[in-house]
Amino acid sequence: MANLKIGKMVLRSLFKRPATLMYPTVPREWKELTRGRIEIDIDSCIFCGICARKCPTDAIAVDRNAKSWSIARMGCVQCSCCVEACPKSCLLNKAGYTSPDTEKVVDTFVKPEAEPGSVVDS
Amino acid sequence: MAKRTIIPFGPQHPVLPEPIHLDLVLEDEKVVEAIPSIGFIHRGLEKLVEKNEWPEMVYVIERVCGICSFGHGWGYCKSIEGNLGVEVPPRAEYLRTIWHELGRIHSHLLWLGLLADGFGFESLFMHTWRLRETILDIFEETTGGRVIFSVCKVGGLRKDVSNEKLAEIAGTLDGLEKELRELTQVFLDDVSVANRLVGVGTLTQDEAIALGAVGPTARGSGVNNDVRLDGHGAYGQLDFEPCLEEAGDCYARCKVRIRELFQSIGLIKQAAAQIPDGDIAIEIKGKHPAGEYVGRMEQPRGEAYYYSKGSGQKFLERIRVRTPTNANIPALVKTLQGCDFADVPMLVLTIDPCISCTER
Repeated sequence: MANLKIGKMVLRSLFKRPATLMYPTVPREWKELTRGRIEIDIDSCIFCGICARKCPTDAIAVDRNAKSWSIARMGCVQCSCCVEACPKSCLLNKAGYTSPDTEKVVDTFVKPEAEPGSVVDS
Repeated sequence: MAKRTIIPFGPQHPVLPEPIHLDLVLEDEKVVEAIPSIGFIHRGLEKLVEKNEWPEMVYVIERVCGICSFGHGWGYCKSIEGNLGVEVPPRAEYLRTIWHELGRIHSHLLWLGLLADGFGFESLFMHTWRLRETILDIFEETTGGRVIFSVCKVGGLRKDVSNEKLAEIAGTLDGLEKELRELTQVFLDDVSVANRLVGVGTLTQDEAIALGAVGPTARGSGVNNDVRLDGHGAYGQLDFEPCLEEAGDCYARCKVRIRELFQSIGLIKQAAAQIPDGDIAIEIKGKHPAGEYVGRMEQPRGEAYYYSKGSGQKFLERIRVRTPTNANIPALVKTLQGCDFADVPMLVLTIDPCISCTER
């Protein structure tokens, strides 16, 4: 009887849409709340360093003098602790995970003096 | 006299998702002794309490395990809340219970899949994991994470779930329950499954008590040790009976977990129907844990406890987590004595080993 049951289930799934996605050709559908990666609106940042102090993995580094904010992408665990702690609400979660890489990526954002925010990769 | 041979089992083995090493002393095909050794994935998470303040430490403790992550976060929060002497709002307790029970379903489905894979029933493994995706999707929709949720904090929760969403989850679980009834029938009735599980690795009730077995491993031997009965969280308001089996073999342990799947679905539906409105967290300001407290939790694999010791500072003095696999290893060693060599993978699997938890 049990063999009949699994047989039925297997046969049914033959005529259904596959349960898996054809990664990476079919893009993944993100949920509204998905915590993918941390992004910063560098223009609003005041470089107070609270995010760096709160980060449980020390993935964030803030340099007040150089006006730079950097995040070690492979070190970040997407707990959103920094997002909640930010007094200026300039940190946010975005959908989409950090891409796999052969190196430990550090993204550095520098606040320009007069011009709008720019991104400098290191 | 039979010749003695020592066969190393693990740390890399097809049935082991995580590394544990066993030296199996064999006489012909029978195991006469098993010597376990762990220590391959120790990460020193408890030590991190010295550099993370207690409110942030919850994110570290959640990462003790990737399968019962919510339960670990809850256990830590419970320990700190006890230390501070604060009460959590009832809505938060209900939501914690719902997420924890969803975690139990996801953990047991993962284990059933691994078991099916362990005895070579690939299509059963695939279908079990297909159903598990439903739970992971619910987690992602409600918490933002599929495996590690980061929603629990000391004093309550970081995210609320609307009552409409809870009703939707209860509807999804109705559909899942129907498919699960069909799927679990294969585990319970199939001859090839029964051949691998029935009468294998029997642990008697007395042995389970003497060796301190916990969770489904002990409940499969008729030991009623379900920590949820103490009524923490919303369990005190929900109606449930612990799932007990008497036989003590691999089949009984499998059956306990299958019954717990349906029990968890029932608990989530009850909690979703009864959940009160209100706040989801209380604010804790200007207070630091000072003293010792032990919180107990019923994780999918059994009882875990969380000890915290604070000194009135931002940093705790000590955190100690005892996880269920740690308690179940002596029972595993006992059941391995006298079993056939071919049954070793089944016996190792049926305690549902989580070595990352054990070593932290």
